[in-house]
Amino acid sequence: MKEARLMQGNEACAEGAIAAGVNFFAGYPITPSTEIAESMAKLLPKNGGKFIQMEDEIAAMGAILGASLAGSKVMDATSGPGFSLKQELIGYAACAEIPCVVVNVQRVGPSTGQPTAPSQGDVMQVRWGTHGDHPMIALSPWSVRETFDATIMAVNYAERFRTPVILLMDEIVGHLREKVVLPEDNEIVVYPRRKPKKTRAEGYQPFAPDEDLVPNTANFGDGYHIHVTGLIHDETGFPVGSPKVTEESIRRLHEKISRVGEEIIHTYEYFMEDAEYAVVSFGGTARTAYEAVRAARAEGKKVGLLRLMTVWPFADKAIARLAAKVKGIIVAELNYGQIIGEVERAAQGKCQVLLCAKYNMQTFEPPEIRAAIEKMINGGKKS
Amino acid sequence: MEMAERSYEKFFRQHRLPHMWCPGCGNGIAMKAIVMAIEKHPELTADNTVIVSGIGCSSRASGYMDFDTLHTAHGRALPFATGIKMARPDLHVIVITGDGDCTAIGGNHFIHSCRRNIDLTAILFNNSIYGMTGGQTSPMTPMGKKATTTPYGSVARPLDPSALAKAAGATYVARSTAYHVHHLAKMIEQGLNNKGFSFIEAIVQCPTAYGRKNKMGTPADMLAWMRDNAVMKEAWDKLPEEKKQGEKFPIGVFLDSRYVDYATAYNDVIRAAGGEVK
Repeated sequence: MKEARLMQGNEACAEGAIAAGVNFFAGYPITPSTEIAESMAKLLPKNGGKFIQMEDEIAAMGAILGASLAGSKVMDATSGPGFSLKQELIGYAACAEIPCVVVNVQRVGPSTGQPTAPSQGDVMQVRWGTHGDHPMIALSPWSVRETFDATIMAVNYAERFRTPVILLMDEIVGHLREKVVLPEDNEIVVYPRRKPKKTRAEGYQPFAPDEDLVPNTANFGDGYHIHVTGLIHDETGFPVGSPKVTEESIRRLHEKISRVGEEIIHTYEYFMEDAEYAVVSFGGTARTAYEAVRAARAEGKKVGLLRLMTVWPFADKAIARLAAKVKGIIVAELNYGQIIGEVERAAQGKCQVLLCAKYNMQTFEPPEIRAAIEKMINGGKKS
Repeated sequence: MEMAERSYEKFFRQHRLPHMWCPGCGNGIAMKAIVMAIEKHPELTADNTVIVSGIGCSSRASGYMDFDTLHTAHGRALPFATGIKMARPDLHVIVITGDGDCTAIGGNHFIHSCRRNIDLTAILFNNSIYGMTGGQTSPMTPMGKKATTTPYGSVARPLDPSALAKAAGATYVARSTAYHVHHLAKMIEQGLNNKGFSFIEAIVQCPTAYGRKNKMGTPADMLAWMRDNAVMKEAWDKLPEEKKQGEKFPIGVFLDSRYVDYATAYNDVIRAAGGEVK
């Protein structure tokens, strides 16, 4: 077994990236994500990879996309303002189907906001921040060890679906130090870069979908002479001004992910057996929610916790099942109220939904979520 | 012209032609100069060369060229190309950009690509205008010239990307024009010799969005303007200052130096970290 290490969430992210086979990282300093870039700058050249600090966040995003097309597994890390800047190229990666992982260690916004102070205010930006229609995968770990695992999962999903994947961290987990035991190398499953199944002579088309609707796009330098563009393109990779191709292409981008359904939607239940009320939370806030729920249980309150590790695609079915089971849901999130809209949509009015929001630079204290639980139990009304 | 002289045509994706540029546009000439230069370098093949472009009229060239090609986002060709070169230093990476793409939205990337001396060969198709969007002023539109967004004439001084490239650390800097097509090909060919950041400005005519607005005549007239105003660097350097006024401009190699390129320099980082240089 590996030795236990005291490690920060951001460091675990870097370690996870290396374990997942990431061999190129481009970044730009921004608190509270900087330790990821710093760790990658140390680790990559030792481990057969390369690190580059670019001139701005957009350039870092461009560099990882170029490196990915040239066959590298790639990652970039930033926080809110940097993430905003990357949006155009995140959309590019979605359209051109370039595997990449972008880490967003959230801090208080809008704008420069409150640097270093924790927030979960980018949940919607992650989903809807770039123009146009495309799906998004975003994972939100709640511990240092889970950050390691979620980073590997993010890299694997990026490669499998050839899509950008967001590791949606928050300052709480990013700067959290915990004792962790990392898995043995042979316990780690790494999804390899997809490879063409045909030669050019056999009529290979770089963007022709495989059975799972994901194309086996060749890497640059492999002799396929492929063309990659952010214009809507057909399976040849070249742009086409056709309504049919546009519709098919946008639909396929969504369906290649939606078709796997629940498989990539990771949710975790705690104290849910006979729960009549439930807290829904994610990331660092879920840690506080867990404490609040545990304390409520100690007093005999029938309350549980549903934690969303996959934030996007949204856990519609898990929320629908929950709403059918409990009398009320409390959504605890460190923002003015973002994911609650999704919970209300998925609950379809089957139960009460109450927002427990906080946006004052500070993390939740367990009594604050406890109070929301009490309010729900006693009042059962929306705040 | 004999067929042998057109052997560079093998580097075009014939099925993607004809191109979408306006009749009389200079971009096709500059694109031809690039493949002529590539042909002079047998170590550059269709399999080991990547063409990266930004957004704009210039940047549609990548789609017509039979290599691995990448049509990126506006202004971002150089960062994408940097990533490709770092990931695969064995690939030859050529960047096609425009005056707006490179010196406005991509200006910061241009400076830092020069500074790193990353081994890319960047060719800027300078048509003095935003052609794709219908003729708006660019940072390289000459003073007094009209564009749809400078209907009364431009009052901002144009940027000289060659001077900027030199100042920022590029190791090869040259300029030529669509009129001087063989000279332009030679400038690019020499740029491909340099293992470092090479920058070549190719002045091209845009009869539709720029020439028409500024009463510059036919495409042939615009080419004749290049012929009449371009001065070879060697002659330019001997000109007295008063003769350098007006529309005259120098063409040729402005800088040809040697300095370690970024991907090679990074091998020192790998060694210092105890890693293995591939």
